[in-house]
Amino acid sequence: MGRKLLLEKAHVPGIRTYEVYRREGGYRSVEKALKTMTPDQVTEEVKKSGLRGRGGAGFPAGMKWSFLAKPEGVPRYLVCNADESEPGTFKDRYLMEFIPHLLVEGLIVASYALGSNKTFIYIRGEYAWIVDILEQAIAEAKNNGWLGKNILGTGFDLEIYVQRGAGAYICGEETALLESLEGKRGNPRIKPPFPAVKGLWDSPTVVNNVETLAAVVPIINIGGDEYAKIGVGKSTGTKLISACGNINKPGVYEIDMTISVEEFIYSDEYCGGIPDGKRLKACIPGGSSVPILPANLLLKTAKGEKRMMNYESLSDGGFATGTMMGSGGFIVLDEDQCVVRHTLTLARFYRHESCGQCSPCREGTGWMEKILKNIEYGKGKKSDIDLLWDIQRKIEGNTICPLGDAAAWPVAAAIRHFRDEFEWHVLYPNAAQNRNYGLAHYADPLPVAAKT
Amino acid sequence: MSTIYIDNKQYEVKAGKNLLEACLGLGIDLPYFCWHPALGSVGACRQCAVKVFKDENDTHGRLVMSCMESIRDGLHLSVSDKTAKAFRSQVIEWLMTNHPHDCPVCDEGGSCHLQDMTVMTGHDYRRYHYKKRTYTNQYLGPFIHHEMNRCIQCYRCVRYYHEYAGGKDLNVFAAHNHVYFGRERDGILESPFSGNLVEVCPTGVFTDKTLREHYTRKWDLTTAPSVCNHCSVGCNTIAGERYGQLRCITNRYNSQVNGYFLCDRGRFGYEFVNSANRITQPLIRNRTVEAVDEAVLMDHLRALLTNHTLIGIGSPRASMESNIALMQLVGKENFYQGISDNAVFVEKRIVEVMQSGVIKTASLHDIQQSDAIVILGEDLWNTAPVMALAVRQGVMKTAAHQALQNRAIAEWHDAAVKELVQQEKGFLANCTVSSSPLDEISSSVMHKAPEDLARLGFAIAQRLNMVLPVVQLNDDMSTPAAVIAAALQKAKRPVIISGAGYYNEALIRAAFDIAAACKATAEEVHLAYVMPECNSMGLAMMQASGFENAVLRTSRVNNVTAIVLENDLYRNVPAQIADVFFNNCQHCIVLDSLHNATTQHADVLIPAASFAEADGTLVNYEGRAQRFYQVFVPANKNMQESWKWLMKMQPVQTGSAVERSYHPEEVLAMGEQLLPRLSGITAVAPPRNFRVNGQPLPRAPHRYSGRTAMLSNLTVSEPKPKQDYDSPFTFTMEGYSGMPPSPLIPFFWSPGWNSNQAVNKYQEEPGGSLKNEHAGKLLFEYKQDATPVYFKDIPEAFMVRHEKWLLLPQYEVFGSEELSAYSKGISELSPSPYAALSQLDADPLSLVNGSLITVKIFEQVYELPVRINAAIPKGVMLMPAGLAGMPVMAWNSWVQIISIRL
Ligand SMILES: Cc1cc2nc3c(=O)[nH]c(=O)nc-3n(C[C@H](O)[C@H](O)[C@H](O)COP(=O)(O)O)c2cc1C
Ligand code: SF4
Ligand code: SF4
Ligand code: SF4
Ligand code: FES
Repeated sequence: MGRKLLLEKAHVPGIRTYEVYRREGGYRSVEKALKTMTPDQVTEEVKKSGLRGRGGAGFPAGMKWSFLAKPEGVPRYLVCNADESEPGTFKDRYLMEFIPHLLVEGLIVASYALGSNKTFIYIRGEYAWIVDILEQAIAEAKNNGWLGKNILGTGFDLEIYVQRGAGAYICGEETALLESLEGKRGNPRIKPPFPAVKGLWDSPTVVNNVETLAAVVPIINIGGDEYAKIGVGKSTGTKLISACGNINKPGVYEIDMTISVEEFIYSDEYCGGIPDGKRLKACIPGGSSVPILPANLLLKTAKGEKRMMNYESLSDGGFATGTMMGSGGFIVLDEDQCVVRHTLTLARFYRHESCGQCSPCREGTGWMEKILKNIEYGKGKKSDIDLLWDIQRKIEGNTICPLGDAAAWPVAAAIRHFRDEFEWHVLYPNAAQNRNYGLAHYADPLPVAAKT
Repeated sequence: MSTIYIDNKQYEVKAGKNLLEACLGLGIDLPYFCWHPALGSVGACRQCAVKVFKDENDTHGRLVMSCMESIRDGLHLSVSDKTAKAFRSQVIEWLMTNHPHDCPVCDEGGSCHLQDMTVMTGHDYRRYHYKKRTYTNQYLGPFIHHEMNRCIQCYRCVRYYHEYAGGKDLNVFAAHNHVYFGRERDGILESPFSGNLVEVCPTGVFTDKTLREHYTRKWDLTTAPSVCNHCSVGCNTIAGERYGQLRCITNRYNSQVNGYFLCDRGRFGYEFVNSANRITQPLIRNRTVEAVDEAVLMDHLRALLTNHTLIGIGSPRASMESNIALMQLVGKENFYQGISDNAVFVEKRIVEVMQSGVIKTASLHDIQQSDAIVILGEDLWNTAPVMALAVRQGVMKTAAHQALQNRAIAEWHDAAVKELVQQEKGFLANCTVSSSPLDEISSSVMHKAPEDLARLGFAIAQRLNMVLPVVQLNDDMSTPAAVIAAALQKAKRPVIISGAGYYNEALIRAAFDIAAACKATAEEVHLAYVMPECNSMGLAMMQASGFENAVLRTSRVNNVTAIVLENDLYRNVPAQIADVFFNNCQHCIVLDSLHNATTQHADVLIPAASFAEADGTLVNYEGRAQRFYQVFVPANKNMQESWKWLMKMQPVQTGSAVERSYHPEEVLAMGEQLLPRLSGITAVAPPRNFRVNGQPLPRAPHRYSGRTAMLSNLTVSEPKPKQDYDSPFTFTMEGYSGMPPSPLIPFFWSPGWNSNQAVNKYQEEPGGSLKNEHAGKLLFEYKQDATPVYFKDIPEAFMVRHEKWLLLPQYEVFGSEELSAYSKGISELSPSPYAALSQLDADPLSLVNGSLITVKIFEQVYELPVRINAAIPKGVMLMPAGLAGMPVMAWNSWVQIISIRL
């Protein structure tokens, strides 16, 4: 059983209320930070912890904080990115829904470290009911003196505001988020200037993921060094994984990053294996944007090592044979799933969510969707596969924001690893629906019986 | 300067620019869409990709957007790199996936940036086989046609309309590959600068609706460089004709005046040229009015021109040549400005101030570069629209400069600059009588009666120069005065703008005093006075008396033959005064292009060529003489330039037998003789015998089509092309096919660049001056060591009178100017008459918007709907100027409301 830092108390009855949360040791980190530490010491502690951003890119949080510009007389802002819209990712929702005070607590400490007196939670529009939960928690915290003016008599003022998005995935991209928060159209900005210099309303701003900010609480409580001891290498601490797809136990799991992918899929503590005794075909381990991996490469790296659930191991082999930790949206496909159809679904999503600003993404995603649709519905040509490859390759790296990459990668990985499946669709459209395309080729190397 | 290597060739380029600008500046073709020299870079379209290398050993390189990369010394880049080329053609392919390819029926075809860029990248084979997305188009008013399917989503339109021009009702809607550029719903575009969308949009989404009604491809137009004649700014234009009809006006780039943009009055006001109301034949009033030919006319004129006292009435909208020819004909002492004494008084003061050379005149370029602008008593937005646009740029640029201080971000990086600037603005004080769209970008807004504004001006000057007399101001004005003075004190390049709009001479003096006082602290001070019409400044420089003096003359001498030059006196002086004049004159010869109230009084009516059929010179508000060229020879040869007619009358008058034709430069030379003040005006443009490589300059591009067929319904033998003896141009496509020098550019074209973006090729650098730019001739000379003589005499404060209102003009972009109002779209947008007053005055009378009030002005009774505007000062009433059915030149009189209907 791995160590739990975030969700440990998530299921204590009544933990959503301030009383229970406080009784269970909540808000200790605020007391510790505000009363015994300077803001820089808090940042230092986060740096030591090795905490990496949990929003997808995995950028070290302490480093990001230390880049924040601090010009005289200009306000600074902390913005919590709760836009969570990546298909397969629903860990932030879980955290906010079940243990909202943890986020509020993390926000207070982080705001103190960064000198933000107005902190925003930008939340996905569809999470309407969570807005109420968060606002309730914020009101309770305020009533109990954890927010407002002169918190704990330290002279530190803080208000937290919850802002609902309008349902655009792109508004999770940090600069689009800031535009949206400013009341503008959510088009990503070109960097520089970076938000750390000019972010929200022209002021230095840090944008962090919900989970990143919640993790600040245990870091302060147990100390950065202690936190860094959990996990391996640069994958420190615990990570929330939202698991879904063809597994017996979908849900959100907190793991320390020492377990293997195999264990995560098959152990009863986590996903509990694949239903109906079916075999594993493929998996997208980090949310829809990261490359899909066939079973053989998922469980073992190209070098034949066990693949572990951490940043380094998942990306071992680069995109040729590896993938990414991403935002921790773990999507499992069993042997009956069609990769073409799956890729089409993702392509449709990215086409629809492109902000429409830069040509490669705006036009390329639409085109890819149309080609995939033709292939899926038996109207494809063999040359379409090369065309798809060509289009995605020209999108990647050539757009304003990473949504272009996010749209290109799933298509690239699907073709890279499942090209024969695409060809089957083109060659034998009628037989395409009921064939395990060369499953032997990339099926998991383990016999079903051996999985426990 | 920096050294960069493009495809291994070494170049010296200006630091601080981006790679795209550098390449274009060097004449290297590189495709682009979202970048625009006036709008900067946002890196959205990804069309301008090049490879950049770490150093000369790096063979791999990195794909970057050239519009987003700064020039660095020693930088290696490749335009011809294979990956870069493939990517650029891929971008076109992407854009084309949803583009309808309907070039044959697209108004943009043949002058389309998208076509040019597509050919440039070499993309020619379609791999996309799916349905294209389609949109519903919108009705956007009389000027702009909308065809959204052609959109390539470069965002230029919104960036121009919204950010550059400050319009609010055009935006981008929806997302992904279905973004939409238009209004929230169908409706007339609100901005008076909407026409520039036609040129800013690189495709056929926004096109000229007026051109559409008589459509012609760019290559089939006969065009000539022209100058807008709808206000005193003098924007440079290109006017195009086919089949004897004026088809369209487009912008003619000029770094000192209008740059890339025109206002809608200038762009769409041309249709009066094609009006059915044109005077086409000489008409003589005997018992009936009868049309005659030139010989009969001259014969008839002999009696009128000899043995009569000739009185010449000049015109602020006629060319210098025509005014000079008239003065020459009637004699200097018999030449009068055809405008009211009130106007002459103000304009004379303006000329005197400018002539003193103490302060530099402000070009639009100077205004854009200014770091503090004060507008004192002129409604710029409506009287000199493109100047208002320049003011907006000045304000925005100052904010950008401030935001960019100590930052490693370049000015061209529009996306970053906008992010940094946010709501910040440079300093603008807009001190006018009523509200203006400029108010929202002003740091200081003041709405007062003209006298009070003048007092404010003197008070500002006094705060800058303590030796000037102190002005007692109320608190509501003394604080702003201090704020404005403080801003000016800090400014390096302040610009003061005023004008003749309210016919208040104290404003002119006050503006001068401010500018003079700024000289102590600023590096450079500029001053601009807006004039009422396109050649008001030229006419004012001729220093003649006003119309009332002409009336007095006619009452003293009998036997007067009046010659009225292109002037509807019923617009420029009160009707009673004009009536007296026509009564007093024995004969009246009128030259004009359109029938109007004045032509009704003509004994002899002579058809004058409009600007499109004429050669001539206009002097803009800065005293910048600019030449406009004849675009086409009208079908009716009687429609000649007024100056030509007037020069023909000379031998008739003097009885000399010698008949000869004159050329514009000869007439201008005559002007220099008559009026030393005009000296130098002959240098306005190259002489008529100017040639490049011995060749004249063609008005038609070499792809001009149908020449032999055009008139085949009338005659099968191709008629001899019309000859032009007055300019270096031909009326055909024969002649020098390279780039002509700047005042002689009839169209912008370069191989591979068929759209207006070919202007890049004519410039020293993108957005810079034209190669060997000759931006007209400035007639006022700045005198380095002229010492300012302050005016000091300060008017009394404005006093509200009991139940009386000071009547002032409200100018309207559409409607207030005479000629443009004859164009269909403009008249559609011009408001109906109204009387506007302050809330404070409306309340006691229980007036609401739309209540009808009756006022008596000059014995004439008007019933008008009320418009209430909180910005208008108490005791002031505004009425739209120049509209049909509105009082004329009754400004600054006091009116009474005689009845009210609620
Ligand atoms: C298209 C797109 C969508 C994104 N959506 C989210 C999101 O929903 N939540 C999130 O935390 N980060 C999202 N990100 C990442 C953010 O841009 C940003 O990196 C992150 O919020 C930083 O927080 P962290 O450093 O704590 O991970 C998205 C990025 C892209 C390109
Ligand atoms: S990559 Fe896509 S989402 Fe990102 S800025 Fe470009 S069009 Fe918008
Ligand atoms: S309408 Fe024209 S200017 Fe606007 S985005 Fe489309 S192509 Fe560009
Ligand atoms: S600003 Fe004046 S000169 Fe320029 S286009 Fe408009 S009306 Fe013509
Ligand atoms: S012109 Fe450079 S990206 Fe559009």
